[in-house]
Amino acid sequence: MEFLTQPWSWWVAGIFIGLTVPILLLLGNKHFGISGNLRHICAACFPANIKFFQYNWKKESWNLFFAGGIVAGAAIASLWLQDPNPLQVHPDLVNDLAAVGVTNIDGLVPTDLFSWDSLFTLRGFLLMVVGGFLVGFGTRYAGGCTSGHAIMGLSTLQWPSLVATISFMVGGFLMTHLLLPHILAL
Amino acid sequence: MENTTAFTQPVAAETDSEVRSLHAMCLNESEVQHPWWHNFKFSVVGIFFGIVFVKAEIISWFRIQEMFRLESFHMYGVIGTAVVVGVISVFLIKKLNARTIYGERITFTDKTFNKGQIIGGLIFGLGWAITGACPGPLFAQIGTGALVITVTLLSAIAGTWAYGYLRDQLPH
Repeated sequence: MEFLTQPWSWWVAGIFIGLTVPILLLLGNKHFGISGNLRHICAACFPANIKFFQYNWKKESWNLFFAGGIVAGAAIASLWLQDPNPLQVHPDLVNDLAAVGVTNIDGLVPTDLFSWDSLFTLRGFLLMVVGGFLVGFGTRYAGGCTSGHAIMGLSTLQWPSLVATISFMVGGFLMTHLLLPHILAL
Repeated sequence: MENTTAFTQPVAAETDSEVRSLHAMCLNESEVQHPWWHNFKFSVVGIFFGIVFVKAEIISWFRIQEMFRLESFHMYGVIGTAVVVGVISVFLIKKLNARTIYGERITFTDKTFNKGQIIGGLIFGLGWAITGACPGPLFAQIGTGALVITVTLLSAIAGTWAYGYLRDQLPH
C-alpha cells in the first residue's frame, strides 16, 4: 500500500504511459492522442457549419470514453491513493513563487493561482482563460499534443512529430523565462 | 452502418479520410461493429492512465515549471521512458504482425509535415507553460477536484473551435 500512496518515480510512470500506445493499438487499432477530443467536442456540440468540424465524431467516441476514464482515474487516485506528505518542489521555484505571493505549494494545482476567486483577476484570467485558449488553438494547429506527437508520433518515428515536440518545448521555454514572470508579477 | 456505407462508396470514404487525416485523428476504421458500451474498455485504460498522471505528479503545475526551468529531471524521464517503451512496442507489433483482440490488422499512418507543427507547436508550448497542463492533464486535474480547471478546458475547446473557424486563413 505504501508503494501506491507515495509518489511514483519517473520510470514507473514512463513505462505505464508508454504501454498505453500498444494497449490502445491491441484493443482496437486506436492511436493514442488526447487533444483530438477537444475537436470531437466541437464537432458534437458546436459544428456551426465549419468544414473542419463536419465529420462523424461518433467514430472517434472511444477517445471520449478514454478521456472520461482519465477524469475517473484521477479522482480515484486523489481520493484513495493520496500521498500524505507535502509535494516536494525545487527550492528556487518555491522562492520565485513566494516573491509573487504564491505560498501555497500543497497539491498539484497551485490554489493561489488557479481558483474561482483569481479567475476574475487579470493574472487568473491570463493563466486559466488565455492559457487554455492557447493550448486548444495550438494543439489543433500543430495536429496533436504531447500524447499524439511527443509519445505516439515519436513511437512511430514520425519526423514531423519531432518538429512539433521541439516546438512545444521552445514555446514552453519562451513562456517560462520571458513572459510568465511578468504575468505572475501582476 | 457507417462503415458499410464507406466501403461501398470509396470516393466518399477517401474524402472523409482526407479530412480526418489532416489533424492527427485516429484514421483507422474498424470493420467490426460493437455495441457502444464496448467503448468502456477504453475508459478502463483511461482510469489507469489517470491514476498514473496523479501518482507520478505529471499533472502538477510545479513539475511542468521545474521541467521548463531545468530544475528537475522528472518530466524528461517520464516522457523519455514512455517514448522508449512506445518505440519498442510499435517495433514488436510491426515485427510480429500483431493483430487486435478482434483479429483486425493494426495500421499506421505517416504524418505529413506542415508549418502548423511549428507555429501551432509554439502556441501550444506557450499555453502549456502557463496552464501547466496539456489536454490529458486538464481532464485529470478536474478529476482531482480542481473544478476551476473546467474553465481552462472550456477555453481550450474554444481555442480548438477558433482554429477550425480560422483554419483556411492560417499558413499550413
